[in-house]
Amino acid sequence: MKTRPPPDPRTLIFHLGMATCAAGFLTLLVLPFAALVLDGGPLAIWRGFQCALTWPALRLSIETTTVSVVLVVLGGTPVAFWLARSKWRSARWLETLLQLPVVIPPAVGGIALLLAFGRRGLFGGLLERMGFSPSFSPVAVVMAQVFVSAPFYLHAAVLAFGRLNPALLTVGRSLGATPPRLFFRVALPLAKPALIGGAAMSWARALGEFGATLMFAGNMTGKTQTLPLAIYAALEVDVRTAQALSLLLVMFAFGLLLALRNLDRQTDGKPQGAVLTP
Amino acid sequence: MTASASGKLSFALECSLGGFSLQSSLDLDAEPVALVGPNGCGKTSLLLALLGIHRPTRGRIVLGDEVLFDSATAVRCPTEARRLAYLPQDFGLFPFLTSRENVEFAISCRPDPPARGERRRIAVACLERFAVGHLAARKPRQLSGGECQRVALARTLAAAPRALLFDEPTASLDVGARAEVRALLAASLHELAIPTLIVTHDQGDILALARRVAVMENGRIIACTSLADARRSPANAFAARLLDAPAP
Repeated sequence: MKTRPPPDPRTLIFHLGMATCAAGFLTLLVLPFAALVLDGGPLAIWRGFQCALTWPALRLSIETTTVSVVLVVLGGTPVAFWLARSKWRSARWLETLLQLPVVIPPAVGGIALLLAFGRRGLFGGLLERMGFSPSFSPVAVVMAQVFVSAPFYLHAAVLAFGRLNPALLTVGRSLGATPPRLFFRVALPLAKPALIGGAAMSWARALGEFGATLMFAGNMTGKTQTLPLAIYAALEVDVRTAQALSLLLVMFAFGLLLALRNLDRQTDGKPQGAVLTP
Repeated sequence: MTASASGKLSFALECSLGGFSLQSSLDLDAEPVALVGPNGCGKTSLLLALLGIHRPTRGRIVLGDEVLFDSATAVRCPTEARRLAYLPQDFGLFPFLTSRENVEFAISCRPDPPARGERRRIAVACLERFAVGHLAARKPRQLSGGECQRVALARTLAAAPRALLFDEPTASLDVGARAEVRALLAASLHELAIPTLIVTHDQGDILALARRVAVMENGRIIACTSLADARRSPANAFAARLLDAPAP
Protein backbone atom coordinates (compact mmCIF):
# COMPACT_ATOMS: atom_id res chain seq x y z
CA MET A 1 0.00 0.00 0.00
CA LYS A 2 1.26 3.43 -0.93
CA THR A 3 1.46 6.07 1.74
CA ARG A 4 0.64 9.64 0.75
CA PRO A 5 3.71 11.83 0.74
CA PRO A 6 3.64 14.54 3.42
CA PRO A 7 2.30 17.86 2.06
CA ASP A 8 4.93 20.29 0.95
CA PRO A 9 4.89 23.24 3.40
CA ARG A 10 5.35 25.70 0.56
CA THR A 11 2.24 24.35 -1.17
CA LEU A 12 0.28 24.67 2.08
CA ILE A 13 1.38 28.26 2.55
CA PHE A 14 0.51 29.00 -1.07
CA HIS A 15 -3.04 27.66 -0.71
CA LEU A 16 -3.53 29.42 2.62
CA GLY A 17 -2.33 32.74 1.19
CA MET A 18 -4.57 32.43 -1.86
CA ALA A 19 -7.61 31.57 0.29
CA THR A 20 -7.01 34.53 2.64
CA CYS A 21 -6.75 36.99 -0.25
CA ALA A 22 -9.87 35.58 -1.90
CA ALA A 23 -11.89 35.69 1.33
CA GLY A 24 -11.10 39.35 2.00
CA PHE A 25 -11.79 40.27 -1.58
CA LEU A 26 -15.09 38.41 -1.79
CA THR A 27 -16.27 39.88 1.53
CA LEU A 28 -15.87 43.36 0.13
CA LEU A 29 -17.59 42.50 -3.15
CA VAL A 30 -20.45 40.28 -2.02
CA LEU A 31 -21.46 41.53 1.45
CA PRO A 32 -22.81 44.91 0.24
CA PHE A 33 -25.27 43.10 -2.05
CA ALA A 34 -26.35 40.88 0.82
CA ALA A 35 -26.91 43.95 3.00
CA LEU A 36 -28.89 45.64 0.24
CA VAL A 37 -31.28 42.68 0.11
CA LEU A 38 -31.41 41.74 3.80
CA ASP A 39 -31.01 44.90 5.87
CA GLY A 40 -34.21 46.24 7.44
CA GLY A 41 -36.38 43.33 6.27
CA PRO A 42 -38.83 43.12 3.34
CA LEU A 43 -41.58 45.18 4.95
CA ALA A 44 -39.40 48.25 5.44
CA ILE A 45 -38.14 47.96 1.89
CA TRP A 46 -41.69 47.64 0.57
CA ARG A 47 -42.63 50.83 2.41
CA GLY A 48 -39.58 52.46 0.86
CA PHE A 49 -40.91 51.62 -2.62
CA GLN A 50 -44.05 53.61 -1.89
CA CYS A 51 -42.15 56.86 -1.65
CA ALA A 52 -43.40 59.60 -3.99
CA LEU A 53 -40.03 59.76 -5.74
CA THR A 54 -40.06 56.15 -6.95
CA TRP A 55 -42.46 55.98 -9.86
CA PRO A 56 -41.64 59.24 -11.66
CA ALA A 57 -37.93 58.36 -11.42
CA LEU A 58 -38.47 54.79 -12.64
CA ARG A 59 -40.56 56.00 -15.55
CA LEU A 60 -38.09 58.71 -16.52
CA SER A 61 -35.19 56.25 -16.30
CA ILE A 62 -36.87 53.72 -18.57
CA GLU A 63 -37.92 56.35 -21.11
CA THR A 64 -34.61 58.22 -21.29
CA THR A 65 -32.38 55.12 -21.35
CA THR A 66 -34.49 53.60 -24.14
CA VAL A 67 -34.12 56.74 -26.24
CA SER A 68 -30.41 56.88 -25.38
CA VAL A 69 -29.62 53.33 -26.40
CA VAL A 70 -31.51 53.75 -29.69
CA LEU A 71 -29.51 56.92 -30.42
CA VAL A 72 -26.23 55.21 -29.45
CA VAL A 73 -26.90 52.25 -31.78
CA LEU A 74 -28.12 54.39 -34.70
CA GLY A 75 -25.19 56.78 -34.45
CA GLY A 76 -22.57 54.39 -33.16
CA THR A 77 -22.94 51.60 -35.71
CA PRO A 78 -21.82 53.59 -38.78
CA VAL A 79 -19.05 55.28 -36.80
CA ALA A 80 -17.78 51.92 -35.50
CA PHE A 81 -17.93 50.35 -38.97
CA TRP A 82 -15.89 53.20 -40.38
CA LEU A 83 -13.40 53.16 -37.47
CA ALA A 84 -12.92 49.40 -37.77
CA ARG A 85 -12.18 49.51 -41.48
CA SER A 86 -10.25 52.75 -41.66
CA LYS A 87 -6.50 52.57 -41.95
CA TRP A 88 -6.02 56.29 -41.27
CA ARG A 89 -4.02 57.34 -38.25
CA SER A 90 -6.69 59.93 -37.46
CA ALA A 91 -9.22 57.13 -37.03
CA ARG A 92 -7.12 55.68 -34.19
CA TRP A 93 -7.01 59.12 -32.55
CA LEU A 94 -10.76 59.51 -32.86
CA GLU A 95 -11.26 56.02 -31.43
CA THR A 96 -9.21 56.96 -28.36
CA LEU A 97 -11.05 60.25 -27.96
CA LEU A 98 -14.41 58.47 -28.11
CA GLN A 99 -13.29 56.10 -25.33
CA LEU A 100 -12.45 59.02 -23.06
CA PRO A 101 -15.85 59.18 -21.27
CA VAL A 102 -15.14 55.70 -19.83
CA VAL A 103 -12.13 56.90 -17.87
CA ILE A 104 -13.00 60.51 -17.02
CA PRO A 105 -15.20 61.15 -13.97
CA PRO A 106 -18.83 61.57 -15.13
CA ALA A 107 -18.92 64.97 -13.43
CA VAL A 108 -16.26 66.13 -15.88
CA GLY A 109 -18.53 64.96 -18.70
CA GLY A 110 -21.34 66.99 -17.15
CA ILE A 111 -19.21 70.13 -17.02
CA ALA A 112 -18.12 69.57 -20.63
CA LEU A 113 -21.72 69.18 -21.76
CA LEU A 114 -22.72 72.30 -19.82
CA LEU A 115 -19.89 74.32 -21.38
CA ALA A 116 -20.85 73.09 -24.85
CA PHE A 117 -24.66 73.06 -24.81
CA GLY A 118 -25.57 74.95 -21.61
CA ARG A 119 -27.38 78.27 -21.83
CA ARG A 120 -24.09 80.18 -21.64
CA GLY A 121 -22.10 77.45 -23.37
CA LEU A 122 -20.21 77.49 -26.63
CA PHE A 123 -23.20 76.39 -28.73
CA GLY A 124 -25.87 77.21 -26.15
CA GLY A 125 -26.56 80.66 -27.57
CA LEU A 126 -26.94 79.27 -31.06
CA LEU A 127 -29.30 76.55 -29.82
CA GLU A 128 -31.32 79.08 -27.83
CA ARG A 129 -31.75 81.34 -30.87
CA MET A 130 -33.11 78.26 -32.65
CA GLY A 131 -35.63 77.99 -29.81
CA PHE A 132 -33.99 75.02 -28.15
CA SER A 133 -32.34 74.94 -24.76
CA PRO A 134 -31.51 71.43 -23.71
CA SER A 135 -29.94 71.98 -20.28
CA PHE A 136 -32.04 71.04 -17.22
CA SER A 137 -34.62 69.16 -19.32
CA PRO A 138 -35.24 65.47 -20.13
CA VAL A 139 -33.35 66.11 -23.39
CA ALA A 140 -30.30 66.93 -21.26
CA VAL A 141 -30.75 63.64 -19.40
CA VAL A 142 -30.63 61.78 -22.70
CA MET A 143 -27.62 63.79 -23.91
CA ALA A 144 -25.70 63.00 -20.71
CA GLN A 145 -26.59 59.31 -20.97
CA VAL A 146 -25.54 59.10 -24.62
CA PHE A 147 -22.27 60.88 -23.79
CA VAL A 148 -21.23 58.48 -21.06
CA SER A 149 -22.69 55.24 -22.45
CA ALA A 150 -21.76 55.46 -26.15
CA PRO A 151 -18.14 54.32 -25.62
CA PHE A 152 -19.32 50.93 -24.34
CA TYR A 153 -21.25 50.26 -27.53
CA LEU A 154 -18.57 51.78 -29.76
CA HIS A 155 -15.85 49.64 -28.24
CA ALA A 156 -17.82 46.42 -28.71
CA ALA A 157 -18.87 47.40 -32.24
CA VAL A 158 -15.40 48.44 -33.42
CA LEU A 159 -13.99 45.15 -32.11
CA ALA A 160 -16.78 43.16 -33.75
CA PHE A 161 -16.44 44.85 -37.14
CA GLY A 162 -12.66 44.65 -36.92
CA ARG A 163 -12.77 40.91 -36.34
CA LEU A 164 -15.01 40.14 -39.32
CA ASN A 165 -13.41 37.46 -41.46
CA PRO A 166 -12.10 39.41 -44.46
CA ALA A 167 -12.53 36.35 -46.69
CA LEU A 168 -16.31 36.44 -46.08
CA LEU A 169 -16.50 40.08 -47.11
CA THR A 170 -14.38 39.39 -50.20
CA VAL A 171 -16.60 36.45 -51.13
CA GLY A 172 -19.69 38.61 -50.69
CA ARG A 173 -18.33 41.29 -52.97
CA SER A 174 -17.05 38.81 -55.53
CA LEU A 175 -20.55 37.31 -55.72
CA GLY A 176 -21.79 40.77 -56.66
CA ALA A 177 -22.97 42.27 -53.36
CA THR A 178 -22.96 46.07 -53.45
CA PRO A 179 -21.56 47.93 -50.38
CA PRO A 180 -25.02 48.50 -48.79
CA ARG A 181 -25.99 44.87 -49.31
CA LEU A 182 -22.63 43.75 -47.92
CA PHE A 183 -23.16 45.91 -44.83
CA PHE A 184 -26.76 44.94 -44.09
CA ARG A 185 -26.71 41.31 -45.24
CA VAL A 186 -23.18 40.21 -44.28
CA ALA A 187 -21.37 42.55 -41.88
CA LEU A 188 -24.31 43.35 -39.59
CA PRO A 189 -25.50 39.74 -39.16
CA LEU A 190 -21.92 38.59 -38.50
CA ALA A 191 -21.40 41.29 -35.88
CA LYS A 192 -24.91 41.07 -34.41
CA PRO A 193 -24.19 39.13 -31.20
CA ALA A 194 -21.40 41.50 -30.21
CA LEU A 195 -23.50 44.53 -31.17
CA ILE A 196 -26.38 43.37 -28.96
CA GLY A 197 -23.94 42.78 -26.11
CA GLY A 198 -22.43 46.23 -26.57
CA ALA A 199 -25.88 47.85 -26.68
CA ALA A 200 -26.84 46.07 -23.46
CA MET A 201 -23.70 47.26 -21.66
CA SER A 202 -24.33 50.74 -22.98
CA TRP A 203 -27.91 50.61 -21.72
CA ALA A 204 -26.76 49.47 -18.28
CA ARG A 205 -24.29 52.34 -18.13
CA ALA A 206 -27.01 54.82 -19.14
CA LEU A 207 -29.31 53.42 -16.45
CA GLY A 208 -26.68 54.00 -13.78
CA GLU A 209 -25.63 57.42 -15.04
CA PHE A 210 -25.44 59.98 -12.21
CA GLY A 211 -22.68 62.58 -12.31
CA ALA A 212 -23.08 64.04 -15.77
CA THR A 213 -26.86 64.06 -15.42
CA LEU A 214 -26.68 65.93 -12.11
CA MET A 215 -24.37 68.57 -13.60
CA PHE A 216 -26.07 69.03 -16.93
CA ALA A 217 -29.71 68.15 -16.30
CA GLY A 218 -30.15 68.82 -12.61
CA ASN A 219 -32.22 66.84 -10.11
CA MET A 220 -35.85 67.79 -10.65
CA THR A 221 -38.49 65.24 -9.69
CA GLY A 222 -40.50 64.07 -12.69
CA LYS A 223 -38.40 66.11 -15.10
CA THR A 224 -34.75 65.16 -14.83
CA GLN A 225 -34.62 62.95 -11.74
CA THR A 226 -33.69 59.47 -12.89
CA LEU A 227 -33.40 56.49 -10.52
CA PRO A 228 -29.77 57.12 -9.46
CA LEU A 229 -30.59 60.77 -8.73
CA ALA A 230 -33.72 59.72 -6.84
CA ILE A 231 -31.54 57.41 -4.69
CA TYR A 232 -29.33 60.35 -3.89
CA ALA A 233 -32.34 62.53 -3.03
CA ALA A 234 -33.99 59.78 -0.98
CA LEU A 235 -30.88 59.15 1.10
CA GLU A 236 -31.33 62.59 2.66
CA VAL A 237 -34.90 61.70 3.73
CA ASP A 238 -35.21 57.96 4.25
CA VAL A 239 -32.52 55.33 3.88
CA ARG A 240 -35.13 52.59 3.20
CA THR A 241 -36.39 54.42 0.12
CA ALA A 242 -32.83 54.72 -1.12
CA GLN A 243 -32.36 51.02 -0.41
CA ALA A 244 -35.57 50.06 -2.26
CA LEU A 245 -34.61 52.09 -5.33
CA SER A 246 -31.10 50.62 -5.24
CA LEU A 247 -32.55 47.11 -5.16
CA LEU A 248 -34.60 47.97 -8.22
CA LEU A 249 -31.46 48.99 -10.13
CA VAL A 250 -29.57 45.89 -8.96
CA MET A 251 -32.38 43.64 -10.18
CA PHE A 252 -32.36 45.35 -13.58
CA ALA A 253 -28.60 44.97 -13.88
CA PHE A 254 -28.61 41.37 -12.71
CA GLY A 255 -31.30 40.42 -15.22
CA LEU A 256 -29.30 42.11 -17.94
CA LEU A 257 -26.13 40.17 -17.12
CA LEU A 258 -28.05 36.89 -17.08
CA ALA A 259 -29.57 37.68 -20.48
CA LEU A 260 -26.10 38.51 -21.84
CA ARG A 261 -24.65 35.22 -20.63
CA ASN A 262 -27.48 33.41 -22.38
CA LEU A 263 -26.78 35.37 -25.54
CA ASP A 264 -23.10 34.42 -25.31
CA ARG A 265 -24.03 30.78 -25.15
CA GLN A 266 -26.43 30.99 -28.09
CA THR A 267 -23.93 32.41 -30.55
CA ASP A 268 -22.90 29.18 -32.24
CA GLY A 269 -20.69 28.17 -29.33
CA LYS A 270 -18.00 30.52 -30.51
CA PRO A 271 -16.54 32.89 -27.96
CA GLN A 272 -17.81 36.42 -28.47
CA GLY A 273 -15.14 38.22 -26.52
CA ALA A 274 -16.53 41.60 -27.41
CA VAL A 275 -19.78 41.11 -25.54
CA LEU A 276 -18.74 41.75 -21.97
CA THR A 277 -15.60 43.82 -22.29
CA PRO A 278 -16.35 47.50 -21.80
CA MET B 1 -27.18 27.20 -63.83
CA THR B 2 -26.58 30.24 -65.89
CA ALA B 3 -23.14 30.85 -67.24
CA SER B 4 -22.76 33.96 -69.25
CA ALA B 5 -20.41 33.99 -72.20
CA SER B 6 -17.37 35.82 -71.00
CA GLY B 7 -14.45 35.22 -73.32
CA LYS B 8 -10.87 35.60 -72.29
CA LEU B 9 -9.47 36.91 -69.03
CA SER B 10 -6.17 38.69 -69.63
CA PHE B 11 -4.11 40.58 -67.16
CA ALA B 12 -0.74 42.21 -66.72
CA LEU B 13 -0.29 43.71 -63.27
CA GLU B 14 2.21 45.22 -60.96
CA CYS B 15 1.18 45.38 -57.35
CA SER B 16 3.29 46.29 -54.36
CA LEU B 17 2.10 44.89 -51.06
CA GLY B 18 4.16 46.01 -48.10
CA GLY B 19 7.61 45.11 -49.35
CA PHE B 20 6.40 42.31 -51.62
CA SER B 21 6.00 43.02 -55.29
CA LEU B 22 3.70 41.15 -57.61
CA GLN B 23 4.43 41.33 -61.33
CA SER B 24 2.34 38.90 -63.30
CA SER B 25 0.68 38.58 -66.62
CA LEU B 26 -1.39 35.80 -68.11
CA ASP B 27 -4.03 35.12 -70.77
CA LEU B 28 -6.74 32.76 -69.64
CA ASP B 29 -8.98 31.17 -72.24
CA ALA B 30 -12.31 29.71 -71.23
CA GLU B 31 -10.67 26.79 -69.47
CA PRO B 32 -9.24 25.93 -66.07
CA VAL B 33 -5.62 26.83 -65.33
CA ALA B 34 -3.80 25.65 -62.22
CA LEU B 35 -1.66 28.27 -60.49
CA VAL B 36 1.15 26.63 -58.57
CA GLY B 37 4.08 27.91 -56.55
CA PRO B 38 5.58 27.75 -53.08
CA ASN B 39 3.82 29.36 -50.10
CA GLY B 40 4.26 33.11 -50.02
CA CYS B 41 5.01 33.46 -53.73
CA GLY B 42 1.92 35.65 -54.22
CA LYS B 43 -0.78 33.31 -55.51
CA THR B 44 -3.57 34.48 -53.20
CA SER B 45 -2.41 38.10 -53.57
CA LEU B 46 -2.77 37.72 -57.32
CA LEU B 47 -6.37 36.49 -56.90
CA LEU B 48 -7.13 39.47 -54.60
CA ALA B 49 -5.56 41.87 -57.10
CA LEU B 50 -7.72 40.43 -59.89
CA LEU B 51 -10.77 40.83 -57.65
CA GLY B 52 -9.94 44.46 -56.95
CA ILE B 53 -9.30 43.97 -53.23
CA HIS B 54 -5.62 44.80 -53.73
CA ARG B 55 -5.08 47.79 -55.96
CA PRO B 56 -2.39 47.27 -58.63
CA THR B 57 0.09 50.11 -59.02
CA ARG B 58 0.20 49.52 -62.75
CA GLY B 59 -1.39 47.28 -65.29
CA ARG B 60 -4.54 46.17 -67.01
CA ILE B 61 -7.20 43.51 -66.50
CA VAL B 62 -9.51 42.68 -69.36
CA LEU B 63 -12.40 40.22 -69.34
CA GLY B 64 -13.89 39.53 -72.76
CA ASP B 65 -14.22 42.99 -74.25
CA GLU B 66 -14.63 44.76 -70.91
CA VAL B 67 -11.73 46.54 -69.24
CA LEU B 68 -11.93 45.82 -65.49
CA PHE B 69 -8.82 47.74 -64.57
CA ASP B 70 -6.47 49.97 -66.48
CA SER B 71 -3.98 52.19 -64.71
CA ALA B 72 -3.28 54.14 -67.91
CA THR B 73 -6.89 55.31 -68.32
CA ALA B 74 -7.78 55.20 -64.59
CA VAL B 75 -10.45 52.56 -65.11
CA ARG B 76 -11.24 50.65 -61.93
CA CYS B 77 -14.31 48.50 -61.96
CA PRO B 78 -15.51 47.80 -58.37
CA THR B 79 -15.16 44.23 -57.10
CA GLU B 80 -18.90 43.58 -57.06
CA ALA B 81 -19.26 44.59 -60.73
CA ARG B 82 -16.39 42.39 -61.99
CA ARG B 83 -18.30 39.17 -61.38
CA LEU B 84 -15.18 37.14 -60.86
CA ALA B 85 -16.43 34.63 -58.29
CA TYR B 86 -13.92 33.89 -55.56
CA LEU B 87 -13.92 30.70 -53.51
CA PRO B 88 -11.52 30.81 -50.54
CA GLN B 89 -9.92 27.78 -48.97
CA ASP B 90 -12.28 27.66 -45.98
CA PHE B 91 -15.36 27.83 -48.27
CA GLY B 92 -16.47 31.33 -47.22
CA LEU B 93 -20.04 30.30 -46.39
CA PHE B 94 -22.01 32.81 -44.32
CA PRO B 95 -22.44 31.06 -40.96
CA PHE B 96 -25.73 32.79 -40.12
CA LEU B 97 -27.50 31.59 -43.27
CA THR B 98 -28.72 28.12 -44.22
CA SER B 99 -27.33 26.39 -47.32
CA ARG B 100 -30.33 27.54 -49.34
CA GLU B 101 -30.08 31.11 -48.09
CA ASN B 102 -26.37 31.15 -48.90
CA VAL B 103 -27.17 30.22 -52.49
CA GLU B 104 -30.11 32.65 -52.60
CA PHE B 105 -27.73 35.40 -51.53
CA ALA B 106 -25.65 34.78 -54.65
CA ILE B 107 -28.73 34.64 -56.87
CA SER B 108 -30.05 37.94 -55.51
CA CYS B 109 -26.65 39.52 -56.31
CA ARG B 110 -26.94 38.75 -60.03
CA PRO B 111 -27.15 41.79 -62.28
CA ASP B 112 -30.68 40.71 -63.33
CA PRO B 113 -31.96 38.88 -60.25
CA PRO B 114 -35.01 36.68 -60.76
CA ALA B 115 -38.23 37.37 -58.84
CA ARG B 116 -38.10 36.70 -55.11
CA GLY B 117 -40.26 33.56 -55.26
CA GLU B 118 -38.22 32.18 -58.11
CA ARG B 119 -34.91 32.53 -56.23
CA ARG B 120 -35.80 29.86 -53.72
CA ARG B 121 -36.59 27.33 -56.44
CA ILE B 122 -33.37 28.11 -58.31
CA ALA B 123 -31.34 27.88 -55.10
CA VAL B 124 -32.68 24.42 -54.31
CA ALA B 125 -32.01 23.33 -57.90
CA CYS B 126 -28.41 24.57 -57.60
CA LEU B 127 -27.93 22.64 -54.36
CA GLU B 128 -29.40 19.50 -55.94
CA ARG B 129 -26.90 19.68 -58.78
CA PHE B 130 -24.17 19.28 -56.18
CA ALA B 131 -26.10 16.53 -54.39
CA VAL B 132 -26.76 18.66 -51.29
CA GLY B 133 -30.43 19.50 -51.91
CA HIS B 134 -31.36 17.59 -48.75
CA LEU B 135 -29.13 19.92 -46.69
CA ALA B 136 -30.92 23.11 -47.82
CA ALA B 137 -32.19 23.95 -44.32
CA ARG B 138 -28.88 23.31 -42.51
CA LYS B 139 -26.40 25.94 -41.45
CA PRO B 140 -22.70 25.57 -42.34
CA ARG B 141 -21.70 24.46 -38.84
CA GLN B 142 -24.03 21.48 -39.21
CA LEU B 143 -22.26 20.32 -42.39
CA SER B 144 -19.11 18.29 -43.00
CA GLY B 145 -16.21 19.81 -44.92
CA GLY B 146 -17.19 18.08 -48.14
CA GLU B 147 -20.81 19.20 -47.79
CA CYS B 148 -19.70 22.77 -47.09
CA GLN B 149 -17.57 22.77 -50.22
CA ARG B 150 -20.49 21.48 -52.32
CA VAL B 151 -22.75 24.23 -50.98
CA ALA B 152 -20.01 26.78 -51.59
CA LEU B 153 -19.59 25.57 -55.17
CA ALA B 154 -23.35 25.70 -55.74
CA ARG B 155 -23.35 29.26 -54.42
CA THR B 156 -20.36 30.33 -56.50
CA LEU B 157 -21.91 29.10 -59.71
CA ALA B 158 -25.36 30.45 -58.76
CA ALA B 159 -23.94 33.99 -58.95
CA ALA B 160 -23.56 33.52 -62.73
CA PRO B 161 -19.89 34.49 -62.67
CA ARG B 162 -17.89 35.39 -65.76
CA ALA B 163 -14.70 33.85 -64.40
CA LEU B 164 -13.76 31.76 -61.38
CA LEU B 165 -10.95 32.20 -58.89
CA PHE B 166 -10.46 29.19 -56.60
CA ASP B 167 -8.03 29.22 -53.70
CA GLU B 168 -7.07 25.62 -52.86
CA PRO B 169 -10.57 24.21 -53.42
CA THR B 170 -9.86 20.78 -51.92
CA ALA B 171 -7.20 21.57 -49.31
CA SER B 172 -9.58 21.58 -46.31
CA LEU B 173 -11.21 18.27 -47.21
CA ASP B 174 -10.46 14.71 -46.12
CA VAL B 175 -9.27 12.24 -48.75
CA GLY B 176 -12.70 10.80 -49.50
CA ALA B 177 -14.47 14.13 -49.81
CA ARG B 178 -11.59 15.48 -51.87
CA ALA B 179 -12.08 12.93 -54.63
CA GLU B 180 -15.86 13.47 -54.73
CA VAL B 181 -15.65 17.26 -54.77
CA ARG B 182 -12.92 17.11 -57.38
CA ALA B 183 -15.08 14.97 -59.69
CA LEU B 184 -18.07 17.32 -59.28
CA LEU B 185 -15.87 20.33 -59.84
CA ALA B 186 -14.29 18.84 -62.96
CA ALA B 187 -17.71 18.17 -64.48
CA SER B 188 -18.98 21.68 -63.64
CA LEU B 189 -15.91 23.41 -64.99
CA HIS B 190 -16.12 21.42 -68.20
CA GLU B 191 -19.74 22.41 -68.64
CA LEU B 192 -19.29 26.07 -67.69
CA ALA B 193 -16.23 26.68 -69.84
CA ILE B 194 -15.27 30.08 -68.42
CA PRO B 195 -11.80 31.36 -67.49
CA THR B 196 -10.83 29.69 -64.22
CA LEU B 197 -7.75 30.11 -62.09
CA ILE B 198 -7.20 27.40 -59.48
CA VAL B 199 -4.54 27.97 -56.83
CA THR B 200 -3.49 24.54 -55.63
CA HIS B 201 -0.74 22.52 -53.97
CA ASP B 202 -2.34 19.23 -54.90
CA GLN B 203 -1.22 17.13 -57.82
CA GLY B 204 -4.64 15.43 -57.88
CA ASP B 205 -6.36 18.80 -58.39
CA ILE B 206 -4.02 19.69 -61.22
CA LEU B 207 -4.47 16.40 -63.04
CA ALA B 208 -8.24 16.28 -62.59
CA LEU B 209 -9.15 19.92 -63.11
CA ALA B 210 -6.56 21.88 -65.06
CA ARG B 211 -5.81 22.04 -68.76
CA ARG B 212 -2.81 24.28 -68.27
CA VAL B 213 -0.37 24.95 -65.46
CA ALA B 214 0.95 28.41 -64.55
CA VAL B 215 4.03 28.40 -62.34
CA MET B 216 4.65 31.30 -59.99
CA GLU B 217 7.89 32.28 -58.34
CA ASN B 218 8.49 35.40 -56.22
CA GLY B 219 5.41 37.22 -57.47
CA ARG B 220 5.98 36.43 -61.15
CA ILE B 221 4.37 33.87 -63.39
CA ILE B 222 7.42 32.29 -65.00
CA ALA B 223 5.65 29.80 -67.25
CA CYS B 224 2.21 28.79 -68.40
CA THR B 225 2.11 25.62 -70.44
CA SER B 226 -0.18 22.72 -71.18
CA LEU B 227 -0.38 20.04 -68.52
CA ALA B 228 1.56 17.62 -70.71
CA ASP B 229 4.35 20.14 -71.35
CA ALA B 230 4.47 21.07 -67.67
CA ARG B 231 5.09 17.42 -66.82
CA ARG B 232 7.59 16.90 -69.62
CA SER B 233 9.69 19.97 -68.90
CA PRO B 234 8.68 21.65 -65.61
CA ALA B 235 9.51 25.35 -65.23
CA ASN B 236 11.31 24.99 -61.91
CA ALA B 237 12.21 22.50 -59.19
CA PHE B 238 8.97 23.22 -57.29
CA ALA B 239 6.79 22.39 -60.29
CA ALA B 240 8.88 19.28 -60.92
CA ARG B 241 8.29 18.01 -57.39
CA LEU B 242 4.60 18.87 -57.49
CA LEU B 243 4.07 17.03 -60.79
CA ASP B 244 6.46 14.11 -60.12
CA ALA B 245 8.43 15.19 -63.16
CA PRO B 246 12.19 15.12 -63.73
CA ALA B 247 13.84 18.24 -62.32
CA PRO B 248 14.71 20.87 -64.93
